[in-house]
Amino acid sequence: MTTEVYKLSEELDSFNSQEEQDGILAILEKGQSVILDMTACKYVSSTGLRVLLYSKKVAAAKGLKLYLVGVSEEVMDIMNVTGFDSFFDTYRTIDEVPR
Amino acid sequence: MHRVDLFPTHEYQGLKLRAGRPYPFGATVYGNMVNFSVYSRYATDCTLVLFHKREEKPFMEIPFFKEFRMGNVFSMIIFDLDYEDIEYGYRMDGPYRPEEGHRFDRTKILLDPYAKLIAGRDVWGQQPDWDKLYQYRARVVFDDFDWENDMPLETPVNDLVVYEMHVRNFTCGKGANVKHPGTFAGIVEKIPYLKELGINCVELMPVHEFDEFENSRISPVDGRQLRNLWGYSNVGFFAPKAAYASTGRFGMQVDELKNLVKRMHENGIEVILDVVFNHTAEGNENGPYISYRGIDNKTYYMLTPEGYYFNFSGCGNTLNCNNPNVRDMIVESLRYWVTDYHIDGFRFDLAAILGRDQNGNPMSNPPLLESLAHDPILGKTKLIAEAWDAGGLYQVGSFPSWGRWAEWNGKFRDSIRRFLKSDEQVLRDVRERIIGSPDLYASQKRGIKASVNFITAHDGFTLMDLVSYNNKHNEANGENNCDGENHNNSWNCGYEGECDDAGINRLRHQQVKNAVTLLMVSQGIPMVLSGDEMGNSQQGNNNAYCQDNEIAWLDWTDLEKNADIFRFFKRMIRFRRRHKVLRYEDHLSHCDYRNLGYPDFSWHGVKAWQPETGHNNLTSAFMLNGMYAQTDGVADDFIYVAMNMHWEMHGFELPMLPQGKAWHVFANTGMNAPEDIFEPGEEPVIDNQNEILAGPRSIIILVGK
Repeated sequence: MTTEVYKLSEELDSFNSQEEQDGILAILEKGQSVILDMTACKYVSSTGLRVLLYSKKVAAAKGLKLYLVGVSEEVMDIMNVTGFDSFFDTYRTIDEVPR
Repeated sequence: MHRVDLFPTHEYQGLKLRAGRPYPFGATVYGNMVNFSVYSRYATDCTLVLFHKREEKPFMEIPFFKEFRMGNVFSMIIFDLDYEDIEYGYRMDGPYRPEEGHRFDRTKILLDPYAKLIAGRDVWGQQPDWDKLYQYRARVVFDDFDWENDMPLETPVNDLVVYEMHVRNFTCGKGANVKHPGTFAGIVEKIPYLKELGINCVELMPVHEFDEFENSRISPVDGRQLRNLWGYSNVGFFAPKAAYASTGRFGMQVDELKNLVKRMHENGIEVILDVVFNHTAEGNENGPYISYRGIDNKTYYMLTPEGYYFNFSGCGNTLNCNNPNVRDMIVESLRYWVTDYHIDGFRFDLAAILGRDQNGNPMSNPPLLESLAHDPILGKTKLIAEAWDAGGLYQVGSFPSWGRWAEWNGKFRDSIRRFLKSDEQVLRDVRERIIGSPDLYASQKRGIKASVNFITAHDGFTLMDLVSYNNKHNEANGENNCDGENHNNSWNCGYEGECDDAGINRLRHQQVKNAVTLLMVSQGIPMVLSGDEMGNSQQGNNNAYCQDNEIAWLDWTDLEKNADIFRFFKRMIRFRRRHKVLRYEDHLSHCDYRNLGYPDFSWHGVKAWQPETGHNNLTSAFMLNGMYAQTDGVADDFIYVAMNMHWEMHGFELPMLPQGKAWHVFANTGMNAPEDIFEPGEEPVIDNQNEILAGPRSIIILVGK
């Protein structure tokens, strides 16, 4: 199974969610798993959380993976208290992702 | 196949619109469309006001065109709205004639009564800017939380051990040691503690949106800011309190509360909400316009013939609960909390108001209460009434129930408190409370499950204060100690307030243990006030509604200080959950109707089989026959409880057990730890099988096995 890295920008909210969602889905459409590099991302809004979870569910439906990498403490905290963290495998660096 | 009604029909200043769907009320997302719908019987016109998030001035005001109005409902669909960035409100046109009940004012921007997400008080204690025109701001909610397989737990009501909790008080205090104090997330961090305690149901004091700055003031006593901490004053009936979420500043309180419920359910703990449908935060004639007053005053409030607000709530106004439209709103709110938040039950604040008609008169078959009792979605939801109101209506034992409603049993609290402090002439009443108050609930066949038993609740003293104060000490509330209950049935054990006297402190601990023992061995649904298990004190304040500080916050260092109390609570709760014979659903027969050799329940006294009959007696005992309470064909044990609330020691002659069984001691509140209570199932056998000695103000529990 091949994977492709997709880098998220500084924020993931309603202003860029469609663009980011399309970018992630395009990789999944090619039959590739996604390593979502969130190193630069400092804020994920309600819309953003749904972009992540929707992508994960699309990946699962296709038998693919979606890994989160470099999730900042702030973003992880938001995911944790809203329960979204339980759906994801997270890794500190891209090298740690099992391939 | 594509729908043909997904295209705009109107355009207004660049926004694409079409006539909306009148139902459901509120703001609802359909794909790239948001449907806005609001009901007002008496409004003549309505305007939707749109803001960008947190901006003071609206960027657009869209009148509802004539064709966007169906009956008395204004509804419109807006296409391609970036709804995460939107806050909305309404302006209502209509008559301003208070004497007729109308208070329309077009200059006000009003909150949607069905708003499911409300911004404006996002971070607890952050001083609001009162000059802002629109204070409590509706947002559009994301309602697609992934619950996976979660459902309300539907725990049998007689198996519940309820824990009444305040979101902030629970984790704001010293030693709470959580990352997010005072929030839903903070409670999640404490789930292991709740499991260790052994409760299986948390009743959250109000979590609907309210304003902690309502009636905020400085205490003349200690100069601290007093706030509406408890939140019995709704701004909205569909939205969670933003500032109770660590993510409230991001508008994620809905997901955070849902996550709390999901995590509780994963751990076998139900979540009941304390809901306040008797009044709103708009107060009386002098109160602010938030929503209902400006949307449709005459619909939402009970008004006098002169147009003033009835005040059966003691809070300035009274929600018009038996107006058909308000009734619908209440039913929809409850359904929403069950379907969208998986809430397991509700406790209705001042529920007697829900049975008053539009003129304030009590009804015999209130349609709202009947609707709730028979509602299909609420079919397995726990419904618990605080069966009185501030207008003098007291319905404990007579609340219209249709076999569905339970009640906070205020008489249990009063009788047990009096017994604890050795009042005479209360034993007959205490006996009724211990067996599930058949005097209140048997004639209507409501069963034991109708009785929510409690000794302490948020209103009144904590348990430690109940045994430490004769009188309330509410000076810090700034009302000259005039607020709060005067009749507390409390006893300070010999000194008013905290003291160093070892004997007094030992007696206080013993009395706390007596109290939780009586609560856990009584038939009915026990409710524990959060913090009582660690001996929490409010320094004698019996009405800490405004004390957002260490007076009301739990001090977690008490766990160590009062380790014997915590240990006692844990074991008593486990004992109750282990013994089905303590958790009957229906009232006991006091007969041996299955010819097992002993009745299901029997009263005793210092002499076996001879209960005391005098009015002045302070000793009593009872025995439960475990053969009447089987689990999968296996009988429970016999349980015998000797209660000596006299200040002298008494011997109790023990009833003889069936051949092969012996009495074992589970608890003796007169003993010091660790002999005061044993691990359930590991009780030691007692030497003398014929008699036990109960020390002064002591309760002994024996297990026959």
